[in-house]
Amino acid sequence: MRGIQLSFSNTQKLRLEKALAQLESLSSKLNSNATVIVADKIPVDEDAALKGHGTLEMGNDVVASVCGVVERVNKLVYVRPLRARYKPEIGDIIVGRVIEVAPKRWRLEINFSQDAVLMLSSMNLPDGIQRRRTAVDELNMRSIFVENDVICAEVRGFQHDGSLHLQARSQKYGKLERGKLLKIPPYLVKRRKQHFHHLDQYGVDLIFGCNGLIWVGEHVDVKDAMVEDQVNKSDPQNTHSSSLPGSSEEPTDTPLERRQYICRIANAITVFSALGFMVNLDSVMETVTLSLSLNLGVHEMLEAEFHVRVAEQEAERRSTSKRRK
Amino acid sequence: MEYVNPEGLRLDGRRPMEMRQLRAEIGVVSRADGSASFEMGNTKVIAAVYGPREVQNRSQQMNDQALVRCEYSMANFSTGDRRRKTKGDRRSTEISLVIRQTMEACILTHLMPRSQIDIYVQVLQADGGTRSACINAATLALADAGIPMRDLVTSCSAGYLNSTPLLDLNYLEDSAGGADVTVGILPKLDKVTLLQMDAKLPMDIFENVMQLAVEGCKAVESHIREILLENAQTLVIRQGYGS
Repeated sequence: MRGIQLSFSNTQKLRLEKALAQLESLSSKLNSNATVIVADKIPVDEDAALKGHGTLEMGNDVVASVCGVVERVNKLVYVRPLRARYKPEIGDIIVGRVIEVAPKRWRLEINFSQDAVLMLSSMNLPDGIQRRRTAVDELNMRSIFVENDVICAEVRGFQHDGSLHLQARSQKYGKLERGKLLKIPPYLVKRRKQHFHHLDQYGVDLIFGCNGLIWVGEHVDVKDAMVEDQVNKSDPQNTHSSSLPGSSEEPTDTPLERRQYICRIANAITVFSALGFMVNLDSVMETVTLSLSLNLGVHEMLEAEFHVRVAEQEAERRSTSKRRK
Repeated sequence: MEYVNPEGLRLDGRRPMEMRQLRAEIGVVSRADGSASFEMGNTKVIAAVYGPREVQNRSQQMNDQALVRCEYSMANFSTGDRRRKTKGDRRSTEISLVIRQTMEACILTHLMPRSQIDIYVQVLQADGGTRSACINAATLALADAGIPMRDLVTSCSAGYLNSTPLLDLNYLEDSAGGADVTVGILPKLDKVTLLQMDAKLPMDIFENVMQLAVEGCKAVESHIREILLENAQTLVIRQGYGS
């Protein structure tokens, strides 16, 4: 099984199989014949059909070029791949890591087929003033992001030369600190209205990047960040050092309890993605609640028993939502 | 030496036109974008695909298509005599090239410009036909990685010993010194993308042997398709579409 390398006991194996069989029975009524693999013929009604991504014309037939599910929208026929790298769309919220500071831009690794570019001009300056970016700003780029920083940004679009540009024109975007970065397959994150979540009861911020990078970190108030930036701006010598943890005036350490919550949520997501289920806020929170109600330690969540429990819970959840329909 | 006995059985008990047992598994390397292991009898290989990703060497970047790279290696424990093999020996360089060219023929590289796709194949157990097994494993891994392809390339070898065409040679038959024909085909397009032969064969016999190898490729294809479809269906169920 993909991603799961655990030793299950016999009963656990049986329970897992049962839960997965239940999932199978729930989805079997749906378009089971819509699943195609490479070079499978896709039945098309008329010649006027539009051939979209993942399809290929071969003689008179339309065939699939990836493994996936056939989707039809009016005349358009396309194959949605089941497993693939992230494919950016304009407006996506992504989490990435800075790999290079280049003239007027940062290069970010975002799990796409090429690196993304965040221009200095397409992000708000820390002081919040709209103005032309000067050479001084360019020299101070490392005071904003340095290599290996984790950043949250939005996809701006493709340039003419085919490179992918990002923007970070709001206080909610920017550097992410004090938390845990998770990498899960991007196809397990669905595009939604809301990708930023503040979990009040745990004091944790959760960002589902569309590219499969998920940030679980201590909650930061957007306004506080601005004040801090302004303080730094007034003292240029402090500007550089503020990127180092523990140098700013803010409380330097996260309380133990909160760290445990961060790890708990992170582990919940890890378990979920290992089982190959779609990750969203409700299901993650349910899993966290489950682990709390079972009185499990943070590390115990990654053991076989909890995987089985989560699979059972997911089967239960899907069957109830099905019944409600 | 007698490679086919009077009863018509080969050294390992197969009939001349019989393949070894095929086994394939998808998703064996958790960190890779796509991965697969493929077994033909005692030959076992593992393949991992990374990408499409940013081109490592800028000068190799192509603005209209993806760069495909392939690295073939043999584990030290894969053969009978345990020998330390250097990474860039001529044999593995050649096989890397063969696999790269074969896979490049089926990947739709023009859809992924300015990127690179890395294919790593490693032989875990060698018992003849490693070339074919590597190609089959690489196809599965590429399909798993969601890389658009024209068709599934499959490969199989055939030989000619004791004046009998033999399908899917094992190590003993391979080292007998007879002809060894490795064929790679695109089954749906009915095209040959790889054809290699060492030693010589008369024209008419060659055609028979090649035909046999092509039949073998088709058998491999049906097995690979089964595995892929099963894998695709599990993924659909897990992701819970529609529910």
